[in-house]
Amino acid sequence: MYWVKRVYQFYIDGFKSMPAWGRNLWVIILIKLFIMFAVLKMFFFRDTLKNRYQTDEERANHVLEELINN
Amino acid sequence: MLENIDLTLVNWSRAQFALTAMFHWLFVPLTLGLGFIVAFMESIYVRTGDLEWKRITKFWMKLFGINFAIGVATGIILEFEFGTNWSNYSWFVGDIFGAPLAIEGIMAFFLESTFIAVMFFGWGKVSKKFHLVATWLTAIGANLSALWILVANAWMQNPVGMKFNPETARNEMVNFWDVFLSETAVNKFLHTTTSGYVLASIFVVGISSWFLLKKRHILFAKRSIVIASVFGIISSAMLIGTGDGSAREIARNQPMKFAAMESLMEGQTQAPLIAVGLFGKAPDDPLNKDSESDFLVKIEIPNMLSYMAFLKVDAFVPGIKDLVLGNEVRNIMSYKEKIRRGYEAQQTLKAFKESKNSDPEEYARLKAKFNDKEWVDNYFRYFGYGNYYDPDPEQLELNAFKIVPPISMSFYAFHIMVGLGMHFLLLFVVLLWLTARNKIEDKKVVLYTALWTIPLAYVASQAGWIVAEVGRQPWVIQDLMPTMSAVSKIDSTSVMITFWLFTITFVGLAIAEVKIMTKQIKNGPKEGGDK
Repeated sequence: MYWVKRVYQFYIDGFKSMPAWGRNLWVIILIKLFIMFAVLKMFFFRDTLKNRYQTDEERANHVLEELINN
Repeated sequence: MLENIDLTLVNWSRAQFALTAMFHWLFVPLTLGLGFIVAFMESIYVRTGDLEWKRITKFWMKLFGINFAIGVATGIILEFEFGTNWSNYSWFVGDIFGAPLAIEGIMAFFLESTFIAVMFFGWGKVSKKFHLVATWLTAIGANLSALWILVANAWMQNPVGMKFNPETARNEMVNFWDVFLSETAVNKFLHTTTSGYVLASIFVVGISSWFLLKKRHILFAKRSIVIASVFGIISSAMLIGTGDGSAREIARNQPMKFAAMESLMEGQTQAPLIAVGLFGKAPDDPLNKDSESDFLVKIEIPNMLSYMAFLKVDAFVPGIKDLVLGNEVRNIMSYKEKIRRGYEAQQTLKAFKESKNSDPEEYARLKAKFNDKEWVDNYFRYFGYGNYYDPDPEQLELNAFKIVPPISMSFYAFHIMVGLGMHFLLLFVVLLWLTARNKIEDKKVVLYTALWTIPLAYVASQAGWIVAEVGRQPWVIQDLMPTMSAVSKIDSTSVMITFWLFTITFVGLAIAEVKIMTKQIKNGPKEGGDK
């Protein structure tokens, strides 16, 4: 427990004493992650096979069709 | 078969993947190399206790942090694309990619993300030695992250250690070590990471030269140049060695890529290496059995290509036409024959699928073929060529010439990469020599050259990626899966939209990176070293 508290405090102190450029970087990281996961992944990058087929057997059948009929 | 392909979708999917991968690759090499450079600098500080070394370490560590923060997670977009745009491919390779990337997630990511916090937050809070260990482990962790994705990429260039399961349509790993330690994987990892070390060394000497030109932080700049030049020279030597190994491996496993890199149309013994070349008419415009390489300018090194490929000056290096049309004397199978064999493998898979519910005996017999090494080696290994089949012999030959990568792009990318690599090595030697003789401050031409070599290091790095990835077209998995059949059948408009969304996002990130980094560079290292 003591170690967990120390590690926690280490991170808190680190973030508190971060210079302005470090804070700017964190803002960029958070915006980037938001665009990637909340916009791109949610609206544009659905897993095609998982989305279209319910089971692995159906997915395998689809890929087999694609491999032999392309 | 080829007429069924939606080339708009294929090309936009390729463009999107290329954009994402090339953008991601702007950040990765600097992280790979700068991590080690910072670790060397900090090691000297811990050993000597000299505060100037601490100042040097903290400055470059700051630039490492900016680059890491902007670049981190941009590679995850590639994984989004695998699932959405390249779902057939993802399914086909699933097991091979899954294992290495899972190891990356568990090991390298946690190693990196834990110790990078100690690197930045730990000054004065943990012991000097523990901080140094954290810096080294961050650098090693970053390189381990590159390891697994490069192993996966190497498998795509040289698929080994797996077995195709016709029931699940997936490749299954049968020998992890064959995948992990394949000649391609070892060369690719070493060549790619050392290229990152060279790029980072150029970055350090370039910025240090700017400080010398501005007559600021002279001692800091000179010490940085010494460390980066020594690291750059050692890395360049390794880069040449691993590049040489890669060339031989490519000549054996991807001879078409090798021939395209040199625009070698007709195979020859005692083949010369083109040191410098400029095309007149592009050789693949269009490519057929009468095509020739038309060079306006060409400087050759006699016998060098034969030696580079097979370590013998009189070795035969097959040309593009030998590979497409075949060469009986040299025992080279034609692409037409490979297409026929690939088509037979595809028809076997089709019959296997159709017999599943109707003919159990036939089903078992066909399934056994996929476990028969001789059949796999003679037919299934050409599976992807089957997509180019056409019953009309004339069309078949035309299709065979489509299984050739873009020649001009492969040629120029290869020569730009090699030429710039030589320039970097020479620059490191000159900088180290002048710094050791304490004459560097007066050599403005050298200092400006070092500064303006920074963008060239990125050009070389991207050119290397083009050689590897464009040079292996049309394959996404060598000989097994062409790019066109790896693509998901989705609306090409959505691919176009995301392509432009990525462009806007990436340009924004690149501007942020350059802006924050240049501001910090202009501010320079803090005085005192402990701020």
